[in-house]
Amino acid sequence: MALIDTINPLLTTGWAKGDAGWSLKDYEARGGYKQLRRVLESRMSQDDLIAEVKKSVLRGRGGAGFPTGLKWSFMPKAAPVKYVVCNTDEGEPGTFKDRDLMRFDPHSVIEGMIIAGYAVGAKAGYNYIHGEIFEAYQRFEEALDQARAAGYLGDNILGSGFSFDLFAHHGWGAYICGEETGLLESIEGKKGQPRYKPPFPANFGLYGKPTTINNTETFAAIPFILGMGGEAYLNLGKPNNGGTKLFSVSGHVNRPGNFEVPMGTPFAKLLEMAGGMRGGRKLKAVIPGGSSAPVLPANVIMDCTMDYDSIAKAGSMLGSGAVIVMDETVCMVKALERLSYFYYEESCGQCTPCREGSGWLYRVVHRIEHGEGRPEDLDLLNRVTDNMMGKTICALADAAAFPVRSFIKHFQSEFEYHIENKKCLVDPEVQRMGSGFFKAGNV
Amino acid sequence: MVEIEIDGKTLQVEDGSTVIEAAHKLGTYIPHFCYHKKLSIAANCRMCLVQVEKAPKPMPACATIVTNGMKVFTHSDLAIKAQKAVMEFLLINHPLDCPICDQGGECQLQDLAVGYGDSASKYEEEKRVVPDKDLGPLVSTDMTRCINCTRCIRFTAEIAGFMELGQSYRGERAEVMPFIGKTVDTELSGNIIDLCPVGALTSKPFRFAARTWELSRRKSVSPHDALGSNLIVQTKHDRVMRVLPLENEDINECWISDKDRFSYQGLNGADRLTKPMVKQGGEWKEVDWNVALDYAAHALRDVAKNHGGSAIGGLLSPHATLEEMFLAQKLLRGLGSENIDFRLRHTDFSGDGKRVGIPSLGMKIADISRLDRVLVVGSFLRKDHPLIAQRLRQSAKKGAEVSVLHSADDDLLIKLKACVFAAPSQLPAQFGQVAKAVCTIKSVAVPHFLGELVVSPEAQTIAESLVSGSNVGVLLGNFAQQHPQAAMLHALGRLVSKTLGGRLGFLGEAANSVGGYVAGAIPGTTGLNAAAMLADSRQAYVVLGAEPELDCANGAQALAALAKAAVTVVLTPFKSQAMLDYAAVLLPTTPFSETSGTFVNTEGRAQSFYAAAKPLGDARPAWKVLRVLGNLLDQSGFDYNSSEDVRTEALGGNPEFVAGLDNAVDGVVMKLAPTASGIERVSDVPIHFADPLVRRSLALQMAADSAAPAARMSAAMLAKLGVAAGADVRVGAGGTAIVLPAQLDAGLPDGTVRIAAAHASTVALGPLFANLTVEKA
Repeated sequence: MALIDTINPLLTTGWAKGDAGWSLKDYEARGGYKQLRRVLESRMSQDDLIAEVKKSVLRGRGGAGFPTGLKWSFMPKAAPVKYVVCNTDEGEPGTFKDRDLMRFDPHSVIEGMIIAGYAVGAKAGYNYIHGEIFEAYQRFEEALDQARAAGYLGDNILGSGFSFDLFAHHGWGAYICGEETGLLESIEGKKGQPRYKPPFPANFGLYGKPTTINNTETFAAIPFILGMGGEAYLNLGKPNNGGTKLFSVSGHVNRPGNFEVPMGTPFAKLLEMAGGMRGGRKLKAVIPGGSSAPVLPANVIMDCTMDYDSIAKAGSMLGSGAVIVMDETVCMVKALERLSYFYYEESCGQCTPCREGSGWLYRVVHRIEHGEGRPEDLDLLNRVTDNMMGKTICALADAAAFPVRSFIKHFQSEFEYHIENKKCLVDPEVQRMGSGFFKAGNV
Repeated sequence: MVEIEIDGKTLQVEDGSTVIEAAHKLGTYIPHFCYHKKLSIAANCRMCLVQVEKAPKPMPACATIVTNGMKVFTHSDLAIKAQKAVMEFLLINHPLDCPICDQGGECQLQDLAVGYGDSASKYEEEKRVVPDKDLGPLVSTDMTRCINCTRCIRFTAEIAGFMELGQSYRGERAEVMPFIGKTVDTELSGNIIDLCPVGALTSKPFRFAARTWELSRRKSVSPHDALGSNLIVQTKHDRVMRVLPLENEDINECWISDKDRFSYQGLNGADRLTKPMVKQGGEWKEVDWNVALDYAAHALRDVAKNHGGSAIGGLLSPHATLEEMFLAQKLLRGLGSENIDFRLRHTDFSGDGKRVGIPSLGMKIADISRLDRVLVVGSFLRKDHPLIAQRLRQSAKKGAEVSVLHSADDDLLIKLKACVFAAPSQLPAQFGQVAKAVCTIKSVAVPHFLGELVVSPEAQTIAESLVSGSNVGVLLGNFAQQHPQAAMLHALGRLVSKTLGGRLGFLGEAANSVGGYVAGAIPGTTGLNAAAMLADSRQAYVVLGAEPELDCANGAQALAALAKAAVTVVLTPFKSQAMLDYAAVLLPTTPFSETSGTFVNTEGRAQSFYAAAKPLGDARPAWKVLRVLGNLLDQSGFDYNSSEDVRTEALGGNPEFVAGLDNAVDGVVMKLAPTASGIERVSDVPIHFADPLVRRSLALQMAADSAAPAARMSAAMLAKLGVAAGADVRVGAGGTAIVLPAQLDAGLPDGTVRIAAAHASTVALGPLFANLTVEKA
């Protein structure tokens, strides 16, 4: 179970009792569904509601960081059929925050989605849940049953005249279904492949109808924003980076887990909350926003605060908030090989540059790692990534390219050593000691 | 309209156009693979990346919608770099086996690699290998060459109407494949060969037969269905090696049916008749042309002299050219016979003399796409008219309402508004209900013959749909034209279309269904029609291009009549055992590929073509044979120098569209009370059995559409008969019986059994429309 240590807990307030605190009565006991009741009873106007969310400067928690209120305002008012979709297809390596939200506080997501449905005028919603976290899917179905039985879902919710129903849909584990239009295709029963945009989902989404898609954490934040007011929420974080955010910290730390901190918290603080470096070893590098975010070396990340702007300025992305911490026992070539294999495996195969390029990248990195690298390989990798980036329908080609480019950029000498000496710079014995198979402190 | 600039040239294009469309308008070529003007936009190959001013990234020209003032650069450094990058990616896993690839020389990837590829690849890893798929007898696969452009997938889903191909697996392992254990069985499947920009999908019959640069090309016209699809016939050493579509947006667009594409195999078949033959003392002898022609001329002249011209009957194939039919009828009339007919599968000729003009589509083929309400009556539309079905499929997707009235529910892969399926004898009354409802809604006096009909809810729905349209079409299919009450169906179609200010159309049965009328290949007032001259057998027959046992409405009767005749002269490209049995003289004529001629298609467009190859052996174009016969019979007006001379005489000039088309009809006796009871035969003419040429294409005969006939019936009928699907049943009509396997067909009305016509195994059963006895065998 994830360890919880938070500053100003908001999203994670309900996590305290672990698996014992997710149900409807627990959620109601901590003030759940109060905001939905308030919105419906006060007949809050859709514009006011969206304005409040805009004020909070809540930015999409799935990775792209697009302002949520603005996204909602794109939904055409007049369209008769609209949908709200929640993206719980949490496939980004390093990310496990939505899993815990589903597990410990599913009703916050449900409440957020109903309110979103009200705001954009949708009568139905879907929550697309990653196939590998099937327990989360089952729990969400249970939570839906509870909400439906309590009258929070269905026709004429709380006697307001507003009707909204919500359905859970689980995927089968394809990373690409986390791309919002690939997700829509998958819900429609088709092969999960991103659509060419425009048209964007706000105009042509699920079943061709206007659709708002947000991340699980984004929806979960909505009731809290309405509870404290948009401005107060914004002030929790820093300008243009409103509120708190869940960070999934993994890797060579003593206490890996989910941590909720205000936007703008220094990385050093987050590392400290995660128990510091395992075995007291030296920090080598951090991937700050999930596997597709460019890696940052220790000296750079230690000067960053955890928010969209700071991480972007340092040359990476806050992404989904998956912080992968690597210590000095890590061979960066091997780490990249693993990442490249992932993108090679998960490319949907639709666009030529990604379908062909992701495999090419993996094979070259694999070769270098296995002592068969050539001096020209680093240039080749940079050239292939250059040819992939920005040339495909979705961002997966970029996601495959970023790690390669950033690993080479920041750790070029390690790659060169590998090619020249046909072995790792970091002694394999040290790598084995650093891996999770050995207890910290044995070093 | 918006104004955009491409490579410094400005132009006006319509709102919503894509950059690639705009560029094509300017004549600027943008390299592409997945884009196809008739298919949805996939934007997956990324070959068409271009630079758009202010866009940070290169944009796919196929999917980028133009905006006013947009500036596009197709050859800027950014664009060229992106295009070259994509080409490199496309080639790294491509086998580059061009020397052994059938696509070599006509390959989009090969061509574009010359422009955008490097001379050597930096990719030194192992290449991908993809297992080949079995798509059936027509399309060969080399899936390792596939670049996953998905054109074939989109074709099956969007044009053919059923997604028979899909992409499985992810990323580099993505594979295009059919459903597991299934083949691609659409009647349009060959088009995926043309669409495939690489050598992944190639023609199975053509495989390794020739290189594209060895082939001569001739424009031609399809000799099969009445669409008159434009073809490119490719030959090597005067042998037809391949047939491809010639794009004609007004007719076949850029498609052709598999029948048009693969029937050429029959041209080169072993049973081509290459020498004139004469039966002497029961023995067939190959003879010289002059001997055979003398024999034929004498025999015909003797019959005419001894028994009168009316003792001769002429059965002309509706697939014969205009020139052939014109000369044949002229010859027969010269011999004093008015017994001439090309409508071999018709059973109701009571409309003769009541039609105002020549029945035709009543509109241009392209107009079909503009109809917003359509009623198709009596048609196995998808198999009889694959590309007209395709047009209606696209219309229905855009909102046109298509309804069907027929005796069999074959999935048309068209979204239907409403449908009525009834036994053949009920069709006129069912159609009458629609007509009555239409009259009622439009407040037009209901004709007395409709008075007693009770309008069913389905008929009402069809009528309401038709009435709500502004461009209504009523289309009568082959089944309706062959129907025993064809004239009534015609009159009802006329009533409905006239009441709605819409159009009535006949979907022609064969390549020259309109041309036959134009050529005068129908009986004069004193003559016998096709059915009558077989029912009342003649002393002599002249058969042109047909196999009467398979091509006539009652094959058994045709065989009997021909066997009884003293002389049967057959002009035919093929010989068969049946012909050897009944004929006295076999004159080897050439199929469409070896003669010049004209087909008048269903819209009345006269399309002439030249021979694509020299006649095989001693075969000669039928128009030449008929001309010589005319001379030998001392008839006047047989001194033509060319087929063009014949055409000019037949058409009274050289018009693009023939004159005299009119679908009006007057004075048909209407009796709509359904008469028959018992078990009725529903007979279709399967797509690959419809004419002598297609019956001889080996590849097509292996296709799913060529399955041997069965006794198809509903589950209720099976239960009533107490037989299981697959068990044999004895089917009888008029005293003869045949044994066929019973087969479940949920699309058939109760009280009917569907038995395909035009197949040797069902000839003995006799007429297309009949009451049957069916029992356990």
